[in-house]
Amino acid sequence: MARRSSTISRRRFLRTTALGTTAAAGLLHAPAVLRAQAPTVKIGVLHPVSGALSYSGQQGRLGATMAIDEINTSGGIKALGGAKIDPMLGDAQSTPDGGNAEVEKMNAAPVCAVVGGYASAICLSATQTAARYDLPYVVDVGVVDSIVTRGLKNTFRFGPGFGVIAKTALENLVAINDQAGKPAKTVVIVHEDSAFGAGLAKLLNAQLPDKGFQVLDTIPHPTPTREFESIVLKIKAANPDLVIPANYYNEYVLLARTMLQQHVRPRAIYSVLGGAASSYKFVKEFPEAAQYIMDCNHWFNPKNPKALALKKQVEDKGQFYTYEVYMNYSVVLLLADAIERAASTDRAKIIDAIASSTFSGHVMPYGPTKFANGQNQGAAPVNTQVQGNDIQVILPETFASAKPVFPMPA
Amino acid sequence: MLSPVILIPAVLNGLMTGAIYALVALGLTLIYGVLHIINFAHGALLSAAMFAAFFAHAQLGLDPYLAAVFLTPLFFLFGYGLQRFLIGPAAHGEDRNFLLVTLGLAIVIENALLYAFRADTRTINLPYAFSTIEVGSAFLAVPRVIAFVAVVAVTAVLWAIMQWTDTGKAIRAVAKEKLGAELSGIDVAHIYAVTFGLGTACVAVAACLLIPTYYVNPTAGDAFVLIAFTIVVLGGMGSITGALTGGLFVGLVESLSSVFLGQSLGQIGIFVMFIVVLLLRPNGLFGERA
Repeated sequence: MARRSSTISRRRFLRTTALGTTAAAGLLHAPAVLRAQAPTVKIGVLHPVSGALSYSGQQGRLGATMAIDEINTSGGIKALGGAKIDPMLGDAQSTPDGGNAEVEKMNAAPVCAVVGGYASAICLSATQTAARYDLPYVVDVGVVDSIVTRGLKNTFRFGPGFGVIAKTALENLVAINDQAGKPAKTVVIVHEDSAFGAGLAKLLNAQLPDKGFQVLDTIPHPTPTREFESIVLKIKAANPDLVIPANYYNEYVLLARTMLQQHVRPRAIYSVLGGAASSYKFVKEFPEAAQYIMDCNHWFNPKNPKALALKKQVEDKGQFYTYEVYMNYSVVLLLADAIERAASTDRAKIIDAIASSTFSGHVMPYGPTKFANGQNQGAAPVNTQVQGNDIQVILPETFASAKPVFPMPA
Repeated sequence: MLSPVILIPAVLNGLMTGAIYALVALGLTLIYGVLHIINFAHGALLSAAMFAAFFAHAQLGLDPYLAAVFLTPLFFLFGYGLQRFLIGPAAHGEDRNFLLVTLGLAIVIENALLYAFRADTRTINLPYAFSTIEVGSAFLAVPRVIAFVAVVAVTAVLWAIMQWTDTGKAIRAVAKEKLGAELSGIDVAHIYAVTFGLGTACVAVAACLLIPTYYVNPTAGDAFVLIAFTIVVLGGMGSITGALTGGLFVGLVESLSSVFLGQSLGQIGIFVMFIVVLLLRPNGLFGERA
């Protein structure tokens, strides 16, 4: 315990110092703002920045802190006299227990709201802990639908859940398959065995047969898994037209690379929330393994200038513009907008303000923001495909930048 | 499911994985055979060696196979020092103290690693990590083939050392009859430390062979050691041949049960086998009578 708290306090120290410097620089440039010392608004920023999900967690933290820096340099929360947002960064250590412990600390700090969580399993338990303290919690990614169907008044999700994603993914799969003359009939699902992968596999197993696909095999694996040879051998034995992976980044990359290594070439790899399938990092590092992979996932709105400006900022930092970044960026902006309208750090008032949000300053390809029972009804995924060295949006047509290549050229 | 297209690669993969298990078990069985202690710190030492190989690549740009050349002697010295100056003196020659000291050492090493490197899972990417060699219908990953060959070579060298060198003879003498060996002028404390050093060196080689295809975190070694204990019991406590055959066999069982039972259940096969062996041949396949 001593180790963890000392590390966190060092990080927080650095963070606060950095923010202080930024704020000081801001003040120097804008002396007009220099009135009475503005109070700060403390919010919790929770991500799994160590452990198996550390890459995704760090990306999420990056997006959240970029949004906070942006808000602070443009005058903070105006309704609270220009109060700066003071993030309390938490590390869920890639486990639900780690997430709970951090939420307890954040509540005691006290923060007025929490954002993040990333993994479904972490979000499920962290939101529940936050609910005990009526602490507003905005989930960044966690897609399991029970996150918002348990009736927790404090819990909001800006992004889409499983139900919507699986439905869109299936509709788009049928559309792509029909367009190509129905070359794909059989499917193997490879999924990670926690809340996210197992839940999705169950949904797909229930719905694929209705759409005319036969599920030959459903293969679970733990996170982390470093050895995909047995799994790829099973895929080889089943010889499906489609492979549908649902897992996190490291495992996804390994699976795709092992398939390439073992010369397993289905007609398409069509992932639903594939951890790496629409990641620039994957495309850059392993272009051969990533080629033509299709994915139904979170994505930014390629027609939104703000989304493209953010992309440039992130890439200028030498980082990849992954979905964790822009989803967390959007979620923090959403929360800041709610605090602005609540004009208070009172938890109940913030909860009411989020619930009535119609926020449109985000970078996602969503419809109008409207929360019903904590779920944003405008949230939707898009379909992407790796083509050449880039990731193109192939569906829906309003956002599409390329046509699907299906089946994969041999 | 029983098509040869699947079966042959699964068998070959199993043997390759098994070779690494065998190497970890070799270190363990050697230490058990001579010192008659179960080295609980083996897994932590494996994690430490994997970190060493990882940083040799990440910081110095050293290929893991090249790193093995200097990490092996380094870990030999480390192991020698541990036994000579820490475990030996702290245990005062009592078996139960050995157990507790190595257990304590494991906790210290693991937490030192956790403190220094956090719980992150790290991997290295080598250009040849995903190259394959085609054997009939199977595609074998190059690093695994290298590991297999290296393990067989290390086992042969170790066997030769035990068989033909003076140190090897002294080790065998101490293992058989400690008092007699001491009376004929063998420095038992030194031989203990050499044996522990050899066991630790095996771990260093295993780490360098593992890192191209595996990940490292502070508890990465534990998974291997649990299996290595099984192998040591299966092959017979203290038997070099037993460790090699046991390792290959366990790798095979694991690979086949992963294919037929699924990744999450793959290890069940190993432990079922472990229980069966304990029931039917308590001294292991190659073990001498207790």
